[in-house]
Amino acid sequence: MISFLFKGILRDRTRSLFPFLIVLAGVFLTVAMHGYVKGLETSVTRFSANLRHGHVKVMTRAYAKEAEQLPNDLALTDVAALLADLQKAYPGFAWMPRIQFGGLLDIPDDRGETKSQAPVAGLAADFLTPSSQEPRLLDLQKALVRGHLPLKAGEILISDELAQKLKVKLGEKATLISSTMHGSMTMKNFVISGTIRFGIRAMDRIGIIADLADIQDALDMRDAAGEVLGFFGDGIYRQPEADEMARAYNTRFSGKADDFLPVMQTLAEQPGMNIMIDWMKYATSLIILIFLVPMSLVLWNAGLIGSLRRHGEYGLRLAIGEDKGHVYRSMMAESLLIGILGSIAGTALGLALSYYLQVKGIDISSMMKNITMMMPTVLHSQITPVSFVIGFIPGLLGSISGTAIAGLRIYKRQTSQLFKELET
Amino acid sequence: MKKTCVCAMLAMAFLVSRTMAQTPPSAESILARTDQNAVSGNKIILSEMTIHGRRDSRSIASKSWIQGKDKAFTEYLAPAREKGIKMLKLGDQLWTYSPDADRTISISGHLLRQSVMGSDLSYEDMLEDRELQTIYNARVVGEETALERPCWVLELTSKGEEVAYYSRKVWVDKERFVVLREEMYAKSNKLLKTFEVKSVIRVQGRWVQNVLVFKDVLKGGEGTEFKITAIEFDAALPEALFTKASLRK
Repeated sequence: MISFLFKGILRDRTRSLFPFLIVLAGVFLTVAMHGYVKGLETSVTRFSANLRHGHVKVMTRAYAKEAEQLPNDLALTDVAALLADLQKAYPGFAWMPRIQFGGLLDIPDDRGETKSQAPVAGLAADFLTPSSQEPRLLDLQKALVRGHLPLKAGEILISDELAQKLKVKLGEKATLISSTMHGSMTMKNFVISGTIRFGIRAMDRIGIIADLADIQDALDMRDAAGEVLGFFGDGIYRQPEADEMARAYNTRFSGKADDFLPVMQTLAEQPGMNIMIDWMKYATSLIILIFLVPMSLVLWNAGLIGSLRRHGEYGLRLAIGEDKGHVYRSMMAESLLIGILGSIAGTALGLALSYYLQVKGIDISSMMKNITMMMPTVLHSQITPVSFVIGFIPGLLGSISGTAIAGLRIYKRQTSQLFKELET
Repeated sequence: MKKTCVCAMLAMAFLVSRTMAQTPPSAESILARTDQNAVSGNKIILSEMTIHGRRDSRSIASKSWIQGKDKAFTEYLAPAREKGIKMLKLGDQLWTYSPDADRTISISGHLLRQSVMGSDLSYEDMLEDRELQTIYNARVVGEETALERPCWVLELTSKGEEVAYYSRKVWVDKERFVVLREEMYAKSNKLLKTFEVKSVIRVQGRWVQNVLVFKDVLKGGEGTEFKITAIEFDAALPEALFTKASLRK
């Protein structure tokens, strides 16, 4: 019977093409939307973790309280010993000391006078140690617009937009004016080795990237760092494990009143991130649910209409002696076949679009001109194992349930009335 | 009769002196005398600033050459990291020179609000050289004791010009007309900074506050202690010192 129905679907397109196309479109949209939403969630979380928060972050208690102000006067000291302790306690983790800082970037003219000047937000990480994972985590090679990554001490990267604003060329000198860990004004000369575009609006306006040792020297922070970021070995953030790890670490120092003891926070605990992660979770579920329910209803409705359109055909089949149960089962089997074919085709198309967006991404920078939030300006879709099956929920359930309900009319039809119906 | 007259005159003199002691001089005249005492000609000051931060304390030594209220040149002498940093103030302009970067930078805009060497003083505080009577309306609000000295308590409110602090409460020594304590407020009446004199000495006939504690109330730590270790008034200062070129020398 299946091969008979399959041939019917292929050969008699007037009865199968419309339901097939509806299922295909619905499944395609569901798969593409799921991939986009998952991609958005992953992009935002990964960007935030790699750039600023880590999967867990160790700071002093005092720094953690004022973390948004980047209070380097409250930074961690004896960082080498702290890193050794963390590496021993959590061998599967990668630990990265970082310094976030603010200041002014001053470009001198030939006489050493200020030619141009702009406020900057800086990030210092270890780029010069050959085994350092920082260039990969920050995806600097990809972000590089001109020049090269810092190869030696005293070289910095600045955002391409900032370079244009300051009218500065590669290889030129730039003086960073900032505050030391003790609050004194400090000046340090750098050479601009390259320009970058982070894909994050806030950083693209005023961002600079420097080697950790250079900034430790400039800010009088020898063996000190504002924060130490920890990343799961496989690079995937797992909230329950991070929660347990932070709880166990902080228990070691509980009961001590020193403001400069270290404290560990998970990605979700850091300012702004808890709201964002929760929001992303709810939004993802909500968007998928909102999409799945109407799509199921549409497909259910399509199943209903498809069955009602063939009211006459079923009447004829009953009139020539076909059993009601057989007609109903054949309708269901046909609907199942259309659902499967439509779902396979829709999923394939949805995955193709998702894959394209996963590789190429969608540039939303024009929509984020005035947004200072740490958000990637290029959003990518993400194909997950769920992407392969999620389309089958509306694709199969919708069309089968529609047909099942519409098909019940078959049992209400009277054989005596059939010829009368056929005459009209 | 003669005896009665002498008694009456003595009684009158006593009454007049009592009345004079109870009636404070006008706030304007107190401010005028305070300003007069604060601003002097040329002076060279050796000082030590101890910054009591939240984590630790550190001291910075400096030498300043000051001409009137408009010109000042400061060179930091210690510790090693700060040694050689120079600052030049000419009127309402301020430059700093860093020997490490070999750069001279003008301090303006929001940089003025930054702390000087991590202390509780801002560059804006350093630039504030206008006489109090020209920028504030003053009124005497009481009499109190500060540093075991009787003081007039003055309340100063901005005359409307752009000032770092909208209002101030100032304790002025009744006899020496030296400010012994001060509180600086924002327009919202929020206390921003305090200043307390710990010691006053007499040098070359002038009263000098030689140990002072500044406290930025919005900042952690125990404040910044400023100690004058040596001071010389009416010193001969070469005019060339107060030029940008001298910063690099």
